[in-house]
Amino acid sequence: MQQQVADVAIDGAGLGVMTPEEAAKRKKRIWALGLLGFFAIISVGSFAFNEYYIYLSVYLWFGMIYGMCLQYGRFCFSSAFRDLFAIKVPRMLVGIVIATLLFGVVSAPITAIGLSTFHAAPVSSHAIIAGVFFGIGMVIAGGCASSSLYKTGEGNMNALIVILSISVTQALFADVGGWANNFVPEAWHMSAAERGLPASINVTDGWVDQYLAGYVWNQPALTYAGVLGMSNTSAAGAFVGNLLVGIVLPASVLLAVVYVIYWRKGYRRKSQKAGKDVSGLKGELVGYWSMIIANKRTAIAGLILGIAAALHMLVIQGLRVKFGFKNAGTLLDRIGWDYGLSVQGTVFDPGYWYVTTQEAQWVGWTLQKMGMNMQDNIYFGFVNGIPNPAINPADWMSFALIGGAAIIALYHNEFKFKKPTWETAMWSVIGGALMGIGARLGLGCNVGAFFVRVANGDCSGWLFGLGMAGGAYMGVKFFNWWTERKLAKEAASCGL
Amino acid sequence: MGMTFEKIEEGRFRLNVNGYVCPHPQIYTKKSLEKLGSGDILELIFDNPSSGESIEAMIENDGDEVLEKKTESGQFEWHIQKA
Repeated sequence: MQQQVADVAIDGAGLGVMTPEEAAKRKKRIWALGLLGFFAIISVGSFAFNEYYIYLSVYLWFGMIYGMCLQYGRFCFSSAFRDLFAIKVPRMLVGIVIATLLFGVVSAPITAIGLSTFHAAPVSSHAIIAGVFFGIGMVIAGGCASSSLYKTGEGNMNALIVILSISVTQALFADVGGWANNFVPEAWHMSAAERGLPASINVTDGWVDQYLAGYVWNQPALTYAGVLGMSNTSAAGAFVGNLLVGIVLPASVLLAVVYVIYWRKGYRRKSQKAGKDVSGLKGELVGYWSMIIANKRTAIAGLILGIAAALHMLVIQGLRVKFGFKNAGTLLDRIGWDYGLSVQGTVFDPGYWYVTTQEAQWVGWTLQKMGMNMQDNIYFGFVNGIPNPAINPADWMSFALIGGAAIIALYHNEFKFKKPTWETAMWSVIGGALMGIGARLGLGCNVGAFFVRVANGDCSGWLFGLGMAGGAYMGVKFFNWWTERKLAKEAASCGL
Repeated sequence: MGMTFEKIEEGRFRLNVNGYVCPHPQIYTKKSLEKLGSGDILELIFDNPSSGESIEAMIENDGDEVLEKKTESGQFEWHIQKA
């Protein structure tokens, strides 16, 4: 009896009795509200200090929406490919394709009226190779760049290790020179030297510098509208070129292939068992639709993510017009934060959802503070800068993404601190490092180099995705071998 | 703690993948079910929520059945019967 009394807690209002489980849930919900209040205070307080901070707050609140959607829908690009190949489950790939389609639908009018912040990336085989590195890495790490952020918000410390590994690897890879220069083809070296970049960048010392200035920048930046001879900022270019040809047609083909290979058989078996008619075209269409709505949480999250990602671009561009600048470097300079700006006075300010560069930046900033010269390279010194993470707009987005995920996880009682084991920590470090290298080779991750690019009609987006799928397949093959090896030993002791 | 797979009684096995993150729980579950006979039951213990979504979809696709689901303090225990 005494134990029973001890196992209950009186709620704060004194209106009833809660079990310890209920009390824990309530406590977590209070934490969720507290976190929401914390971000609100940051927004209001910084705005009261200087109105320019509203620009950073826009990144913050869109980051929060991304985090909430990712956690609610368990949205993971790694899972999309990995679960398809490993356990033949297409639900996440379907969710991601839906999100990309919706992002494209909302982006098209924004592009057509010339208010998009998106710029196409150079197109060549480097996008595929980068995708392969990234794809292997995300399977080994157990999550992509964006899902590692939301899983950190769930209390998963493996995901935090992945973020640390991506961050450190990118910063070091972007700056590595010396011995690494031996692996630079002569043509890249010559081309980079002829670029006329500022002396402070020292472009001929650094593998990534010469890769960028000597190879990547020589490749054409193409959208589907451009390839079809249309202007990117015209209704025809945005809707027919980028949306229809660049997104709707390939996405429809992809979903149809996934339906035939991974969904149709199971659907028909279940339906026939339940006595439903699955014959003819109607049966196929009903089956196709059942695949689309198979996981409502993922579909809802995809819907909101797609719309939010496009609106994010519109709001950022609106503020740039209002305040009269093209890059947040100008804004930070006006506020008085000029440390870490690039030689052009710029900082990383994508104007849309992005994940990896801000992760590299905080490591770059830290290493610079520790005495290393992290600005003698193109990545930090010429383009993105290494501003203080406390006022880095993209860092506000990532920080809030983790916070948004934590709020939803706490609210649904899914928050749990998960300590890594030596084995899982090892996979996190290795996978994170591979994703870091892939992100710098591809100039973005699963979000910046795939999701955003595909949705905006950039020809390099599907190439990165193709590489990512290939890499994920290799990663799955590796894990199949690894798990079979371990399970076989255990099963043998059970006589199986 | 690493992964454990044990026989509890005839036709009943337990797979514990607590502490593992994606993709380990779903791959171990798939491989364990492949080793079981029709009608056998797998007690699956895991604590990675996103793996649960994938495992549920896999079970449904393969025609297996979840007989019981328990959740306690972020830990999940599912009893799965192989078709």
